[in-house]
Amino acid sequence: MTTIKEPLRPDDYLNAGYGVKSWLLTLDHKRIAILYLISITFFFFVGGFFAVLLRIELMTPAGDIVTAETYNKLFTMHGIAMIFFFLIPSIPAVLGNFLVPMMIGARDLAFPRLNLFSWYLYNVGGLFTLYTMTTGGIDTGWTFYAPYSSSYTLSDPVPVVVGIFVLGFSSILTGLNFLVTIHKMRAPGLTWFRLPLFIWASYATSVIQVLGTPVVAIALVLLGFERLTGVGIFDPKIDGDPILFQHLFWFYSHPAVYIMILPSMGVVSEVVSCYARKKIFGYNAMAFAILGIAVLGFLVWGHHMFISGQSVYAGLVFSALSFLVAIPSAIKVFNWTATLYKGQIEFRTPILYAFGFIGLFTIGGLTGLFLASLATDVHLTDTYFVVAHFHYIMVGGAVMGYLAGIHFWWPKITGRMYNEAWAKFSALILFVGFNLTFFPQFILGYMGMPRRYYVYPEEFQVLNVMSTAGASILGLGYLIPMIYLTWSLRKPKTAGNNPWKATGLEWTTVSPPLTHNFDSVPTVTTEPYLYDDTDDASGSAGSAGSAGLAGLAGLDSSARAALPPHPKEVKRGRS
Amino acid sequence: MVDLNSGHNPDHNPDHNPELAHQFEDMDQQKEAAALGMWTFLITEVLFFGGLFTAYIVFRTQFSEAFAKASHHLDIVLGGINTFILLGSSLTMALAVHAAQEGRKEKTIRFLGVTGILGAAFLVIKGFEYAHKFEHNLFPGASFGYDGFEPDHAQLFFILYFALTGVHAAHMIVGLLLLVVIAWMTARGRFSATYHSPVENFGLYWHFVDIVWIFLYPLLYLIDVTGRTQ
Repeated sequence: MTTIKEPLRPDDYLNAGYGVKSWLLTLDHKRIAILYLISITFFFFVGGFFAVLLRIELMTPAGDIVTAETYNKLFTMHGIAMIFFFLIPSIPAVLGNFLVPMMIGARDLAFPRLNLFSWYLYNVGGLFTLYTMTTGGIDTGWTFYAPYSSSYTLSDPVPVVVGIFVLGFSSILTGLNFLVTIHKMRAPGLTWFRLPLFIWASYATSVIQVLGTPVVAIALVLLGFERLTGVGIFDPKIDGDPILFQHLFWFYSHPAVYIMILPSMGVVSEVVSCYARKKIFGYNAMAFAILGIAVLGFLVWGHHMFISGQSVYAGLVFSALSFLVAIPSAIKVFNWTATLYKGQIEFRTPILYAFGFIGLFTIGGLTGLFLASLATDVHLTDTYFVVAHFHYIMVGGAVMGYLAGIHFWWPKITGRMYNEAWAKFSALILFVGFNLTFFPQFILGYMGMPRRYYVYPEEFQVLNVMSTAGASILGLGYLIPMIYLTWSLRKPKTAGNNPWKATGLEWTTVSPPLTHNFDSVPTVTTEPYLYDDTDDASGSAGSAGSAGLAGLAGLDSSARAALPPHPKEVKRGRS
Repeated sequence: MVDLNSGHNPDHNPDHNPELAHQFEDMDQQKEAAALGMWTFLITEVLFFGGLFTAYIVFRTQFSEAFAKASHHLDIVLGGINTFILLGSSLTMALAVHAAQEGRKEKTIRFLGVTGILGAAFLVIKGFEYAHKFEHNLFPGASFGYDGFEPDHAQLFFILYFALTGVHAAHMIVGLLLLVVIAWMTARGRFSATYHSPVENFGLYWHFVDIVWIFLYPLLYLIDVTGRTQ
């Protein structure tokens, strides 16, 4: 069955109002998602700009274009822009904002004003950071370790610290909004174990945002105090404890890695199930694995501090706990693989990115085990091995998942389809470019090249040149989607309500959705991911493929109108 | 073609409460969501103060004698008066919430007013305490002058004192600003016996800030009452 021609709706959310004011004062979660999309894309290219300078400098062993101090500032600002202003808000604030209410059949998030306020906080934090970036920058590393950041650096970290503090509240409020929405606003019949895994992932992410962020916020307050008064609790001159700063910092910043990766895992689950035309394998295990990662994520922060001077016994415990994270992570990878097994896989752009995610996340995760082993880590700490490892997780994992999601839901968000050939091409380019950039860094790190230096011994040059070459391919891979996605906006809104014949409530409404999302509150009667092709020999996808949602998906509007009214006895979820 | 308004549309509902936001089905759902939102926010606050309490535990364990002696420089009487002021304000806050639940506007405003006065009194007394510390060079930094036992460790105590009470005072100031907004909304007749969750949720916030002080007073002022000589 081909795509059904849905009548264009003139009253979709993009047409709900025109002009700058209708966007800057909007309370619609979908429009706020678009605002976030613009903001985080800006910071992605800011962070990317610094990465380009880093890689150019590292093409030769000598320091060519920047001084040591400038190099320190470049990697610091690359990290700050990418982690705080791109990766952490990426999927939650853009896709989560757009999809969480739609996937649970709600008209909006629980607190729309708070949602808009979060976006403004994000931008206030961003302005503080941009101010520092344009007036000299800071050289403390994105981790702001005391006492260097508080007493010794010649640059001024206070504006950035204020910016990150403000940004933290944006993140907390987004998480709070999602938690309340998912608890209180699910459609009738949408029980916890009928939720799409993207919702589970968003839920777990929100828990981490709500519990972790305030701790780094108070650490930054204390750091700012120390910077301003010249004395503080992290200051060893008065027997203060610099390691305490690292504890407070990593108590948030390690779970923050899961803020980045869990939403991507949610996206990949949706995408894999859809294009394999199969129910997700081991749904319950997948949901519990998400929660398991979120909980364990809070117990492993000390593995960033094996050589910091924390006690060896603490190190042993943190090492053992870190290994435990591998269990739920492996459950996820195996279950995606099992979902794909014997699936009739349709090779569209989103699943290419999802394949990229699964492969690269596996490499990133397995190298994480090297770093979790106490003895190995002593050798590898602060080498390029660590840099390669977390880029495999954050870029190979989180960004690939983000792009999978953007491509998967683009027709829903904009009502338009992008150029598939270019999209597949750029997915391929990104995969090749990414591996060429970061795989050599594993070898460099293993050979002992330390991170955060702008010069290096000559024998490391070949691998560094490979890495820089890969980075330029990677950069191209990020520019191409910018172009064809923007270009697609010129086309008419003809993507159709459900171009992938996917299950999920968001596909039952028109594309782009109406401001109030659904004409009538949907009722859910079945579990998610009922792609029936595996047991349906006739293989006629389409409307049959989405029978799980009371036949809503894939039917045209007139057919939908003919459906019986939803049963009133099922109350909206309130657990 | 589908009727655009075939489904749920709150604007067409005859018994629709004007305070019901469009994203909610009914007032109960809205109320539960608001309460859960406030409780979730208070959990983040617990973690926020939790970082400071962790730091306090670390240094108090290491330098317990210096902390005990430094605590002698805090004024037990003023701190004690402030404790009773805050406990009293929690009582009036609870009475204000009760009045709001009964839909009694004047009474709500009166109790909110008393709560506000008590909160302001707390801050004034706190201000006098701070001024006293500044005069005696007990504020951490270059001008810190302390001739007692282990001055460096005493300085750590005063850093934590100012950080903990300062963050707490910031919460009090925010609380007072919110109180003005809530009182103004009450005066405008926004609340009734059926809709008053902003008053209730503000009450939760107020009680939380009070509870933090209940921990701060003994941890900072009372750790060595018997050892005081003055």
